Amino acid sequence: MADLSVKLGKLILRNPVMTASGTFGYGEEFTDFIALDKLGGIVVKAVTGSNRYGNAYPRMAETASGMLNSVGLQNKGVDHFTREIYPRIMDFDTCIVVNVSGSTVEEYIEVAEKINELEKISAIELNISCPNVKHGGMAFGTIPATAMEVTRAVRNVYRKELIVKLSPNVTSISEMAKAVADGGADIISLINTLLGMAIDAETRKPVLSTITGGLSGPAIKPVALRMVWQVSKAVDIPVIGMGGIMNAADAIEFLLAGASAIQVGTANFIDPAVTVKIVEGIEKYLLRHNMRSVQELIGALKTA
Amino acid sequence: MESRKFIKDLTIIRNIPLNARHFILELQVPDEFPAMLPGQFVQVLVENSPGTFLRRPFSIHSIDVQNHSFRLLIQLKGEGTRHLAELTEGKKVNVIFPLGNSFSLPANPEVLLVGGGCGVAPLLFLAQHLHQHNIRPTILTGWRSEADIFEQAEYEKYGNLLITTDDGSCGEKGLITDHSVFQKETLAFKKIYCCGPDPMMRSIAAIAKLHRTECEVSLENMMACGFGVCLCCVTPTLHGNQRVCAEGPVFDIRELGW
Repeated sequence: MADLSVKLGKLILRNPVMTASGTFGYGEEFTDFIALDKLGGIVVKAVTGSNRYGNAYPRMAETASGMLNSVGLQNKGVDHFTREIYPRIMDFDTCIVVNVSGSTVEEYIEVAEKINELEKISAIELNISCPNVKHGGMAFGTIPATAMEVTRAVRNVYRKELIVKLSPNVTSISEMAKAVADGGADIISLINTLLGMAIDAETRKPVLSTITGGLSGPAIKPVALRMVWQVSKAVDIPVIGMGGIMNAADAIEFLLAGASAIQVGTANFIDPAVTVKIVEGIEKYLLRHNMRSVQELIGALKTA
Repeated sequence: MESRKFIKDLTIIRNIPLNARHFILELQVPDEFPAMLPGQFVQVLVENSPGTFLRRPFSIHSIDVQNHSFRLLIQLKGEGTRHLAELTEGKKVNVIFPLGNSFSLPANPEVLLVGGGCGVAPLLFLAQHLHQHNIRPTILTGWRSEADIFEQAEYEKYGNLLITTDDGSCGEKGLITDHSVFQKETLAFKKIYCCGPDPMMRSIAAIAKLHRTECEVSLENMMACGFGVCLCCVTPTLHGNQRVCAEGPVFDIRELGW
């Protein structure tokens, strides 16, 4: 039996398969479909300082090999999360990461401080890259200086592992990665969605209420792989890769590119049990290739 | 209130064309037959369909507990539904079900079911269910023309069927809201259940509101996951944005602020 465990900074995950924020609710929504103790970790839906209603419907459009979304961080805020949701999920036997979002540095700090107090939360993932929020989020994630500033501000208050999730809608992903690493990030995760648009030719209107939205699914995998590869070479801290992973082969490609772990997102909508299938698929791959540990795959891409 | 959800490969027992644009798939459920209620829906994975990515949602049209099967009424819309239309007996489809909430039982037996187009889909199951509770509803369905009408006998089994056609070839001529049941000073019903195109449901809701009659509608928003996690299918309500796939698809019109 091969060893599937991976290290992410101080975290040890039973396997490299995690779920992406915004695609897995708070974990409890999937207990009818899979046993959560089979996963390396889950990243729950973004938590902001206060309640957010999110954007108006329509919030999605199906695209070729993917979809656009502009949900807009709908959630009931950190106090509701702490009081109502955390008690229900805290005993899940998997690594629970809270995705933290905000419009101002102060909001990020406020949420991070409150999550500090939640013993069973192993790490936070700083969402500086969501392209759907009109102000704040977009600005932080696309300018290296502000990305570093918000990372540093949260680093100063948050005591456990700090993951920073990068936006791909930037000129140089390596530069962004270095900025957040310098700001004190323990781990980098990427990519968030690519900024895109859909138009209805008959009505001549945009499909999304916000006109533009985030593209996810298999369509973005080549971009995500390229960025994970570039970032892995640019920084020394561990990288979590995501973007269009639908099966074990996809997951392994990200590990080879340099990721120590991966997140599965949109694929959960098509098959709620896909994450467990990916874990099993990685196991079979290791057996087939006579490998003893999944860690042998991390960064093992053969380039000339 | 939330029933357990399943993902299963279901075998097609029958594929029944109804008219040029509608067909029925009757699906066999292996092993455990989940409890299903009218108003609930399923998410079907369409295989070999390169132009589609997400599952397709369909209301549960009717169930047969003894036979461990249920039916979907499907309207041909695009590539996804065209692939489903070609599926023959014996083929399998992967389905996530049952999803969503359900119509609530009425306090009073004087109920009206109103369905326009393939909005009739969940109403047959509702009529079946009311029948089991000794309620015989009035069922009003609207069609373009007599040639389009299907399953008349099925509905007549469970209720008093009224029909409107745009061209007057059957039943009363005009839109559903033109039907004579709505032209009376006092509405003969204590509750209305409605499903169909959005403008039609809003017109019925306005009539219900005018007569201070309870009314539940079934919404159809675009969905990605269909089981409550992506937050794409929301509709505005008195209590913020609620998910059509989880807090819905059935909503009381008062909750919607209609």
